[in-house]
Amino acid sequence: MARIVLAQADVQRALTRIAHEILESNRGSDDLLLLGIPTRGTVLAKRIAAVIQRIEPSAPAELAGSLDVTMYRDDLSRSGIRMPSPTEIPATIDGKTVVLVDDVLYSGRTIRSAFDALSDLGRARAVRLAVLVDRGHREFPIRADFVGKNLPSAASERINVRLVETDDVEDHVSIEGSPE
Amino acid sequence: MRHLLSTRELTRDEAVALLDIAEDMAAVQQREVKKLPTLRGKTVVNLFFEDSTRTRISFEAAAKRLSADVINFSAKGSSVSKGESLKDTAQTLQAMGADGVVIRHHASGAPYTLATSGWIDAGVVNAGDGTHEHPTQALLDAFTMRSRLHGTASRGKGLDGVRVVIVGDILHSRVARSNVWLLATLGADVTLVAPPTLVPVDTTGWPASVVYDLDDALAGSPDVVMMLRIQAERMHGAFFPNSREYARTWGLDDARFSQLPTTTMVMHPGPMNRGLEISALAADSAQSTVREQVANGVSVRMAALYLLLSGERGEA
Amino acid sequence: MTVESFLITGAALATGERADIRLEGGIIAEVGLIPDAAGATVVDADGLIALPGLVDLHTHLREPGYEQSETVLTGTRAAAAGGFTAVFAMANTSPVADTAGVVEQEASLGLAAGFATVQPIGAVTVGLKGEQLAELGAMARSRAAVRVFSDDGFCVFDPMLMRRALEYVKAFDGVIAQHAQEPRLTQGAQMNEGALSGELGLAGWPAVAEESIIARDVLLAEHVGSRLHVCHVSTAGSVEVIRWAKARGIDVTAEVTPHHLLLTEDLVSSYDPRYKVNPPLRRAEDVEALRAALADGTIDIVATDHAPHPVEAKQSEWDAAANGMVGLESALSVVHASVVANGLLDWADVARVLSAAPARIGRLRGQGEAIAAGAAPELTLYDPSASSEFGLERLAGRSVNSPYLGRTLPGRVVSTFHAGYATLLDGVVQPSDEVARHASAAGGDRG
Repeated sequence: MARIVLAQADVQRALTRIAHEILESNRGSDDLLLLGIPTRGTVLAKRIAAVIQRIEPSAPAELAGSLDVTMYRDDLSRSGIRMPSPTEIPATIDGKTVVLVDDVLYSGRTIRSAFDALSDLGRARAVRLAVLVDRGHREFPIRADFVGKNLPSAASERINVRLVETDDVEDHVSIEGSPE
Repeated sequence: MRHLLSTRELTRDEAVALLDIAEDMAAVQQREVKKLPTLRGKTVVNLFFEDSTRTRISFEAAAKRLSADVINFSAKGSSVSKGESLKDTAQTLQAMGADGVVIRHHASGAPYTLATSGWIDAGVVNAGDGTHEHPTQALLDAFTMRSRLHGTASRGKGLDGVRVVIVGDILHSRVARSNVWLLATLGADVTLVAPPTLVPVDTTGWPASVVYDLDDALAGSPDVVMMLRIQAERMHGAFFPNSREYARTWGLDDARFSQLPTTTMVMHPGPMNRGLEISALAADSAQSTVREQVANGVSVRMAALYLLLSGERGEA
Repeated sequence: MTVESFLITGAALATGERADIRLEGGIIAEVGLIPDAAGATVVDADGLIALPGLVDLHTHLREPGYEQSETVLTGTRAAAAGGFTAVFAMANTSPVADTAGVVEQEASLGLAAGFATVQPIGAVTVGLKGEQLAELGAMARSRAAVRVFSDDGFCVFDPMLMRRALEYVKAFDGVIAQHAQEPRLTQGAQMNEGALSGELGLAGWPAVAEESIIARDVLLAEHVGSRLHVCHVSTAGSVEVIRWAKARGIDVTAEVTPHHLLLTEDLVSSYDPRYKVNPPLRRAEDVEALRAALADGTIDIVATDHAPHPVEAKQSEWDAAANGMVGLESALSVVHASVVANGLLDWADVARVLSAAPARIGRLRGQGEAIAAGAAPELTLYDPSASSEFGLERLAGRSVNSPYLGRTLPGRVVSTFHAGYATLLDGVVQPSDEVARHASAAGGDRG
């Protein structure tokens, strides 16, 4: 049975905190670009951008975009065919601080693919990583700069992130499966 | 997708998905770095038993932009007897570890034979077989129509209600066949216009209407007019008396072109016979999509290669 | 060496009655209730149907010239496996069977092999080129005693040549077997022309290309008062033309192949060259019309058009593949499946269309005789009850281009007796050397 670990309000609070942390670390919203990794990362990037724009009305209107990494994955021949999603970069990434946004950080392979995808688009000044959930089990030397919740889990467990925009249910994060 | 042999076997969802991926590929073509690492380590063989530089370089560009290794194998003019060469060649490619084979062949069904013979495990893309099909051409045509009609909002859309008139040698045209099946699947309304000699004897099963009068068909202000290349040698088979009569009766000349709404797209799979099936004015007008078709060809072929060559082997 | 005699017990005759049959002394010695084997080898035929040995008016034996596909020996082994005791060998060998020398060579190869009577068919025109008449008279007078002439593979297209050929063979009671195919209408043709050919992008072979030639030929035959035989009729329209001609009293006979009675053009959708044949597989409506025509006598016989090809000729793209299918081994089962199982024909009809009528059309004596005391000892035992997947083990010739491999067919030929000896016994084609010895002992009598 799935167990709820973050309810709607928890998700919103976590995103608000991440927004503040990003602003603090970047010392404002100048040259900031949030690129979500489809599908839910894109939604989260938009939400964080909205929070930032509320906090700093001078923040650029086009703060969030989407970076699809499907074509850069290293496991394409190990699974079924993955349908790519659009990449939407609102402005050049050259010289920007790009914050990659994803829902769950696990092995780190998706983020590694994102580095490749990003470098084909230009040269960012710095790349940061924000995730809603970090569940551990990294296979690459990658760590998140901004984390909504650390959720130590067993590899056999499933972490489900559900957002109203993509899943048509109230926001929540649940965990299911045996911890063995 | 295991192979891409004909548009007939594509469902609407599959076709739309392929066109959507082609949108992503097209976006990559706008960047400075046009290459993706997706098919690194895969080998794509362009197996051309018939000359077609345009189609071959389009597939070659598509494969290279996905980082696949490309081997061009032109079997035309080889001394091997026709029948043996397909099997022998297939076995050679198998031994070389080809992951994908893009085949152009003068015999209808040859890609089908290659895909079902058991001679080779590779995914097979039909790049034009005899007078049968040319699925990637139809896909790029559909992609071009969708882009002109819906622009950046194309994703997920079909071609519902789009009125397409295809004019010319339907009997021998693989482009026409692939377009008829695909456009109908995507919801378009297709009318074929040709001299009766250049229409198959029985098209009752085709999701298209057939008429003989081009002016009647154009009077309906279609959204798209697609002119097919007419081969002059057809007149030797008594399909029509001579090229002058053909041009006058079934050509998109200046007069016919000027009667069309300015929103009507003029398409041609190339290479064009200017002055025969299409006037220079029509071919070079803003309504002509001929150059877009070429650019879109690479994106669509990237999408097809991606669908065939990524994912686990043997997956349906 | 003493000639073996056989007592076949408990067979069902084509008429339905059960009888024992004794083969001895080069004839069917006795038919009825035979309580005593009297030294004969007993063959238990309980549950089997005894048919007169089958006669194929249309076989390609490929020898001389194309021995990689078939030889007289391997082709007649295939015949024995299919229940045939006589085959008419088509003329498209290399050299073409257009002289007395070639037809005599073929006949003697058949005699030596001993698996079936090989009756050569002579070419109508020199080299099958359709330009000048071959030496029809010399072939008729030769030891091969040719009575059937055909350019099969090609149509005798020139109407003047066709007229002359029809007239000329009257001198020796010959018949012209026409491959009805208008060449200009079928240039590059790959399959039946219709909705499917349009979809598959394969050049069409229109029905009218067959029907127009048959119409012309029956009118020519009427005009000159000659006998005409139409090879491999494949369309409903052809049936109508032949029905009209027969009603008019024209001396025309016609054959249909087993594959045109069972298979339809839909199979071409696979682009599998096993289904490539000339004339091509047609629509279901044509198959229905052909079955009905065979049942009502408009079509006289079933002939196999057994056309062996080496493996490489069929392992290719459709256009490059050879036309033709092997058919001897499967013919009786396919006839069973297509016209007997549905009641259109009974076994007496089968004996007519696969034995008596082809022997009569080809003027072949000692074949096609009803099973009765004193008749030639040519017969076939068929097990109609078994239904099985047709596999490679059923093929006995050199080539394996059968469209039926993997398909479930009814029945099975169990034994074949030719000239009084077994060529197939209990499903086993008898050893070639043994059969050759029997043949020479039987005295080389061609019957």
